Amino acid sequence: MGSQIVCSNVILGYEGNPVAENLNFTINSGNYLCILGENGSGKSTLIKALLGLKPQLSGEIKFCEGFSSKEIGYLPQQTPVQRDFPASVREIVQSGCLAKCGLRPFYNKQEKETAQKNMERLGISNLSKRCYRELSGGQQQRVLLARALCATRKMLLLDEPVTGLDPKAQIDLYELIASLNKEGITIIMVSHDINASVKYASHILHIGSKKQLFFGTINDYLNSKTGKLFLEAERGEQ
Amino acid sequence: MTDMSITEKLQYYFALPIVRYALIVGLLVALCSSLLGVTLVLKRFSFIGDGLSHVAFGAMAVAIVVGMTNKMIIILPVTVLSAVLLLRTGQNTKIKGDAAVAMISVGALAIGYMLINMFSKSATVTGDVCSTLFGQLSILTLSKQDVWLCIALSAIVITVFVLFYNKIFAVTFDEDFSKATGIKANAYNLIIAVITALIIVLAMNLVGSLLISALIIFPALSAMRVFKSFRSVIICSAIISVFCALVGFIVSLLFSTPTGSTIVTANIAVFFIFCIISSLTKRS
Repeated sequence: MGSQIVCSNVILGYEGNPVAENLNFTINSGNYLCILGENGSGKSTLIKALLGLKPQLSGEIKFCEGFSSKEIGYLPQQTPVQRDFPASVREIVQSGCLAKCGLRPFYNKQEKETAQKNMERLGISNLSKRCYRELSGGQQQRVLLARALCATRKMLLLDEPVTGLDPKAQIDLYELIASLNKEGITIIMVSHDINASVKYASHILHIGSKKQLFFGTINDYLNSKTGKLFLEAERGEQ
Repeated sequence: MTDMSITEKLQYYFALPIVRYALIVGLLVALCSSLLGVTLVLKRFSFIGDGLSHVAFGAMAVAIVVGMTNKMIIILPVTVLSAVLLLRTGQNTKIKGDAAVAMISVGALAIGYMLINMFSKSATVTGDVCSTLFGQLSILTLSKQDVWLCIALSAIVITVFVLFYNKIFAVTFDEDFSKATGIKANAYNLIIAVITALIIVLAMNLVGSLLISALIIFPALSAMRVFKSFRSVIICSAIISVFCALVGFIVSLLFSTPTGSTIVTANIAVFFIFCIISSLTKRS
């Protein structure tokens, strides 16, 4: 259970204006971390920093044991472009292997097998020739998840994966992610869904306006002042 | 001429080297523009063809005014540079993609037209402008040198496209994911921009700068109506584009219609046919 990512005193922001300050947390191999926080609290900036797309203003994000940001399998939020994109499921899943190709122009046998295996793993191999835009929301998320798995064996980073799915598909996706976590893949999930976070996560990182409100295990969170307040507020709304 | 049958007429035309040159250039341009069209349409850059062709027109006006014999020396680098700037503005700039395209496009067109009007010694200013915009005459005034340049540029475009096909797909479908896994998305966007500019400079000779957008957009849109994978869409759009260029070219010879407009008309017809096919297959 070694640590994979250690963030110490990280400040994130745009053009010198901080949006989140003093982030301190550690992600260990096999953890299931949910990142909670209101809109604008810097969750998406944190994702970009973890992926190495946008440098932090200060502080350190350390990747341990030869782990690197390139090995994070990323499940982004869907863009409008993707919803009517003419591409087969296989083409999209295979594109997860692309970074391994380097300058080689085409996929080799091994990469095609990786794509095939991950489609089977998520139960979408029967859809491999189908067009992405004709699939249901839940199926589309599985396709993107399979692509992310092609890029990683260690860690998945999911950005509000259940947004726009119907309740049944949401539960299915949560169960699928939990089973991947049991197989040993570290999960980092940005979420709005406090109930599901409490149910599935092993750790919680809660970011408030401009600062870190809580980081720790799920049990500590449920007993903390922040956790109690937030849970009450959320459940009150529902 | 009017007594000839259609085959005789075609035989007569294709005996002329100038017609053969025009056909070669036309088919190559159609092929190249359709390849990138799919990516550009999906990236929401349908109008970049229009914008860049106006830039190329402006650059050509400068070349005419300066009196250069080889206009490509100015046109190519200026267009490539604009393409790079425009496609880079896509994400995080103060002026958004569509506004930037519109701005550069209209600006270059106005300045180009003004320069030609003020300094051109040719008596037929409107004729010149018209033919560069609509490409009616220029395709039949191609020299052997132009044809070779066109063949070389198309070879580059096609090779680059095939070699980077998978990367272009990944960057078009999901730029953030590609970047996150360590693919140099910016470099591939740059490549897309450069070959887009090359295609547009090429296409100016065929259909003129106003109709280039049509060559880029229509085959891609038609193919996307019916086909379901990225690869089949690209192959289909290449076939549609070459087919329409061939048909349009022959029709324009037989009925003396303007070549560029005829090719585009053929593309529009195919688009409607594919729309009907797609609604039929959806129903069944």
